[in-house]
Amino acid sequence: MYTFTNKLRNFSISMMVVGFLGLAYGFLTAPDSLEEATAMVADAHHAEGHVDAHDDHENENKADFQEAENHHSVSAHGAEHGDDHHGEHLLNQLQNKPWAALYVAAFFFMMIALGTLAFYAINRAAQAGWSPALFRIMEGITAYLLPGALIVFVILVLSGMHFNHLFIWMDPEVVANDELIQGKVSFLNVPGFLMRALIYIGGWATYRYYSRKFSLAQDQASDGSNHKKNFRISAGFLVFFIVTESMMSWDWIMSIDPHWFSTLFGWYVFASMFVSGVTAIALITIYLKSKGYLEKVNDSHIHDLGKFMFGISIFWTYLWFSQFMLIWYSNIPEEVTYFITRIEDYNLPFFGMLVMNFIFPLLILMNSEYKRLNYFIVMAGIVILLGHYIDVFNMIMPSAVGDQWFIGLAEIGGFLFFLGLFIFVVFKEISKAPLHAVGDPFMGESERFHY
Amino acid sequence: MSSNQVIHALYDDDDVLLSAVKSIREKKYHIEEVYTPFPVHGLDKVLGLDETRISIMAFIYGCIGFLVSILMMNYIMIEDWPQNIGGKPSFSYLENMPAFVPIMFEMTVFFAAHLMVITFYLRSKLWPFKEAENPNPLTTDDKFLIEIELHDNEKELNKLLKESGAIDITTIEKKGDYE
Repeated sequence: MYTFTNKLRNFSISMMVVGFLGLAYGFLTAPDSLEEATAMVADAHHAEGHVDAHDDHENENKADFQEAENHHSVSAHGAEHGDDHHGEHLLNQLQNKPWAALYVAAFFFMMIALGTLAFYAINRAAQAGWSPALFRIMEGITAYLLPGALIVFVILVLSGMHFNHLFIWMDPEVVANDELIQGKVSFLNVPGFLMRALIYIGGWATYRYYSRKFSLAQDQASDGSNHKKNFRISAGFLVFFIVTESMMSWDWIMSIDPHWFSTLFGWYVFASMFVSGVTAIALITIYLKSKGYLEKVNDSHIHDLGKFMFGISIFWTYLWFSQFMLIWYSNIPEEVTYFITRIEDYNLPFFGMLVMNFIFPLLILMNSEYKRLNYFIVMAGIVILLGHYIDVFNMIMPSAVGDQWFIGLAEIGGFLFFLGLFIFVVFKEISKAPLHAVGDPFMGESERFHY
Repeated sequence: MSSNQVIHALYDDDDVLLSAVKSIREKKYHIEEVYTPFPVHGLDKVLGLDETRISIMAFIYGCIGFLVSILMMNYIMIEDWPQNIGGKPSFSYLENMPAFVPIMFEMTVFFAAHLMVITFYLRSKLWPFKEAENPNPLTTDDKFLIEIELHDNEKELNKLLKESGAIDITTIEKKGDYE
C-alpha cells in the first residue's frame, strides 16, 4: 500500500494556492471597460517604444498592431461589425484571456485523465498481458476524470451564462449577424451543448466507476468473473468513447472557431490526449518506483510505455500534418485563416510545439536502450506534456484572445493550479488500494514480462 | 589440426534449443553455428553474439534518403522547371516545404528499407543462386541444429547433448572452410 506523504500533499496544495493566486491576478487585472482595454494595449506598446528609444519605432509598432488587428478581425469574424468593432473586440479578447487560461489548463489535465482511461480500456479489452502491473496507476490517474471534467463543465455553463466570450456562437447578437453560424444553430445551441457535455461526462465516469469496482473486487475473487465483466464493459466503453471523444472535441474546442472545421479534428485531439495519458502513466510509475514501490514493474514495462510515447508522438504528428497540409495546400479562405492566425500571431508556440511533440521525442526515444533509462523517459515525458499543453493552448487561445496572447501569471497559475489538483486527486486515489492488482489473471504474465 | 570434425545435434523445439545452448555454453564448448527454420527470440543473447549494428546503418541510410529527397525535389520542382504549388508561386523550397514532406518521408523510408536489406544480404553473404549452407534440409522445415567443433571430446559432448534434449546426434567430417 502506498501512503500519500505529507510532503507531496503539501507540495500539491501549495501549487494549487500559487496557481489560484495567479488566476485571481489574471481575473482582477482584466479590463472592465473599453478605455481600460485600449489603454492597456497602448501602454504595452509605449513601453516597447521606450526600450528601443526610437520614436520611429513606436509609430511602426502602432502601424503593425493596426494591421494585425485588421487582419484578425477579418479572418475571425468576417466584416460584420460597425465602427467601434476594434475596441470592443479588443475588450472581449482581454476579458477572455484569464478565462481562456483557466479553460486551457482545465481541459489539458482533464484530457490526460481521459486519455489514460482510453489506454486503460484498450488494455482491458485487448486482455493485454504486459500491463496489469500498471493498472492501479492508470486507475489512479483516471480518478481525476470526474472532478476534472466537472470543472470543465462548470466553465462551459458559465460561458453559456455569458460570463465570458469564449464561444462566440453563444452570443445571440453574433449569431444574428452571421449566416454561417445560423446554419449550425441546430447543433450549436447552449442547451444542446450542455446536454451533450453531461452525456459524455456521465458515460465516461460511469465506465470508470464500474471498471474500478470490478478491478478491486477481482483482488479478492476466487474466479475470473469480475475480470470478464471488466473486459465486456471496456469493449463497450471504447465504442462509446470514440464517438463521444470526437464530438467532445468539436463541442469543446472546435466550436470556439465556429466557422472553421476539420474532419479529422477528433482524431487529432485523441492522439494528443492519448500520448499525454501514456506519458503521465510513465512519469507516475517512475516516481513510485523510485520511492521503492511497484516491485512487479521492471524496465521492460518502462520500455513499452516509452514505445507508446514514441509511436503516439509520431501518430500525433501525422494527424497534425495531415490537417495542416491539406488546408495549407487547398488555401480556401475560411479554412486557411485558422492556420494564418496561428502562424502570424502564434509563430513560436505553433512551431515550437512541433519541436517539442515530434522532433525531440523522435530523436530522444528512437534508440531502444534509451527507452529503458528512467531519466530519458522523464526528460522526454516532461517535454511531451508541456508540448501538448501548448498544443491545447494553440487550439483555444487564437480564437479566444487573438494576438493578445501572453504566457503570464494567469496561464502559469492555471497550469500550476490544475497540476496541484491533479497530483492531489491522483495520489490520493493511488493510496486507497494496493499498488498491484494481484487478483488479475494476467498478473503473473505481467510480472514476468520481458522484452 | 585435427578438428575437421564437427558434431551436429538436432532439436525439435525452440525452447529446448535455447536451454541446450545455455547448458553447452556453460560447459565452455564453442558453438560453431545454429541453424533454425525461423528467428528464435533471445537466441542471439544466449549465444553471446554482438549487438547488431544494423539500426545505426538504418539511421544513416534514412538521413541519406532524407537529403536525397530534398535535393531531388529542389531540382525538379524549384530549379529545373519551377512550379506553381497550391496557387502559391513562391518558387522557394522552404515556403513550399509542406507539399514535399510526404516525398521526404517516403524517400527516407525507401532508402532506409532497401539499403538495410542490401546491407543485411552482403553482411550475411547471401546473393541470388548462392548454394545453401545449412547442413541438414530439416532445418528449413521444423528442426533446429547446433554445430559444435570437436576436439577429442566426443563422448562427454554426446552425453551433454543427449541430456539437453537432442533428438539426433551425428559426427561429421567437414571439408573446405577449415584450414
